[in-house]
Amino acid sequence: MKQVKRYLGIVWILLAPTVIYFLLSSAIEHIDSKKKDPINDPVIWIIILAIFTPITIGLMIFGWYALKGEYNRLPENSKDS
Amino acid sequence: MNDSFNIRKVIAASSVGTMIEWYDFYIFGMLAKTISTQFFPGTNPTAALLSTLAVFAAGFIVRPFGALVFGRLGDLIGRKYTFLLTLVLMGGSTFLIGLVPSYKAIGIAAPLLVLALRLIQGLALGGEYGGAATYVAEHAPAGKRGYYTSWIQTTATLGLFVALGVIMAVKLNMPDSEFNAEWGGWRYPFWISIILVIISVYIRLKMKESPLFARLKTEGKTSSNPLKESFGRKANFKMVLLALFGAVMGQGVIWYTGQFYAQSFLENTCKLEFEQSRTIMLWAIAFGTPFFLFFGWLSDKIGRKWIMMAGMLLGVVCYRPIFKTFLDDTNVKEWIKSDRDLVLNGDKKVKMDSIIKKDTLKLIVTSESRWNYKRTGFTEKNDDTLGFIGESWTVHPPLSSLAENSGARSFKRTASPVYSNVHLSSGLYWKFVFLVWIMVMLVTMVYGPIAAFLVEMFPTKIRYTSMSLPYHIGNGVFGGLVPFIGLLLTTMYKKDPLVGLWYPIGVAALCFIIGTIYLKNKIDKDVTD
Repeated sequence: MKQVKRYLGIVWILLAPTVIYFLLSSAIEHIDSKKKDPINDPVIWIIILAIFTPITIGLMIFGWYALKGEYNRLPENSKDS
Repeated sequence: MNDSFNIRKVIAASSVGTMIEWYDFYIFGMLAKTISTQFFPGTNPTAALLSTLAVFAAGFIVRPFGALVFGRLGDLIGRKYTFLLTLVLMGGSTFLIGLVPSYKAIGIAAPLLVLALRLIQGLALGGEYGGAATYVAEHAPAGKRGYYTSWIQTTATLGLFVALGVIMAVKLNMPDSEFNAEWGGWRYPFWISIILVIISVYIRLKMKESPLFARLKTEGKTSSNPLKESFGRKANFKMVLLALFGAVMGQGVIWYTGQFYAQSFLENTCKLEFEQSRTIMLWAIAFGTPFFLFFGWLSDKIGRKWIMMAGMLLGVVCYRPIFKTFLDDTNVKEWIKSDRDLVLNGDKKVKMDSIIKKDTLKLIVTSESRWNYKRTGFTEKNDDTLGFIGESWTVHPPLSSLAENSGARSFKRTASPVYSNVHLSSGLYWKFVFLVWIMVMLVTMVYGPIAAFLVEMFPTKIRYTSMSLPYHIGNGVFGGLVPFIGLLLTTMYKKDPLVGLWYPIGVAALCFIIGTIYLKNKIDKDVTD
């Protein structure tokens, strides 16, 4: 199980840039100031990218910790953390 | 006996305040349509931009910042005064939104004021929950932490319940024109907030500081820099990330799908009438709310992890079948196509307007009729434009329902029939209540135990800060964006009306995998560090 936890770290690290790539390409494809759907509004895409970019960086760090085996032993109680 | 009375007082003081904060937060969203016409007219692009920011900024961006600001305060000066401050800020800004004059009266100042007040609301909400949950958990005896904190978990749902109830009570007691007027009934729910806040502040002022925090303070062991200790120290930061990706992001999407996306889907996609779509939610929430307490209690017996994971997995499996049932049971187009069991209810109302431009005569025919299909009613509306060609023309029934070879020819056919105001038969109505109740049950599974789960992950001196941030990213960002990302996906992939569900399903599935693999099911008996 410890090995699974560690190797899955690679998946989480790779998942983060994949999400950002998907969001960026969707934004580029749909932003159009001439159309009025919410999907064409650049402000909304800027907000979404601004919100999700730090979160995906967090996911990468989570993956990195997992790969390093940081989650192989979790604190037994709140004093431990 | 005295202890039991004390803990009840602690729970009541924390829960009532948190419920009022949620009430304040929800009424803005529920009255969004009226608010946008009063403060954010679409004709002014700046006001429209401010409207977008008011919706997004308060709900998603500012809440995690509120968690940081007030979490830090709570770990520095104490839980009691911090969540007293968030309550006053929240209630005050809600009351003031109800007093802001309309765009018509003061121009661009109106949306700017509303945006500023909305930002304060978001900040305050970000600080409230962590304080209330920590405060109750630090009073609770070992072995009952899940049950006692689950009372806090009911507040978000009760806040929604009260907000829906107050708005419906006001709306049903006056005509629409009076409700939507500049100083009309829509402002009452905002004004009512101040009374609730005064009562809650009075109750909270009488409470004492959390015993664990008070002891830390006496011993001089409080954190001098909670932000640095929470997020700058790897041992704690890795737990913040685990809490977010292994529990809270899944909980957030399950919650918002069950209680918000469901309502918007029933109203906008299934076209249920206003009253039915809301009462379905009210019944389901009323029947579901006791289960917050049940799953909180159960988590004290068997652990928090598997209850939350089961809720997420069931969400992943059940969402598409449940929403597909909603669609199939309100598929008006199929009923029309089959043409069986359809009964016209009353007369068709037909209205005609003629427009003459240069040499062209246009006749606009609007017809509205009410139909019944197996005791479920719906309205059909046609707007057609007919052009004069030949010696005579037929205007009734409207063009969209005429056969191609009927003799009348149009030069422009403007619209196909629009169906709305679906009124479910009694059987279908209760079936929908049951299906929404199932989704609310999933909410209670993931949400009931989570406060105790988060409290047990972090030490007392940085608990408020450490648990507030992942909670508000999970709920505010991942959860709060469910309706909007659902709408984006539906606009991108028009063929599948259920495509919006892939976002909550995907996030819940990812969270389920991470939580199952990385989280422990052990209950921390002693959080008195």
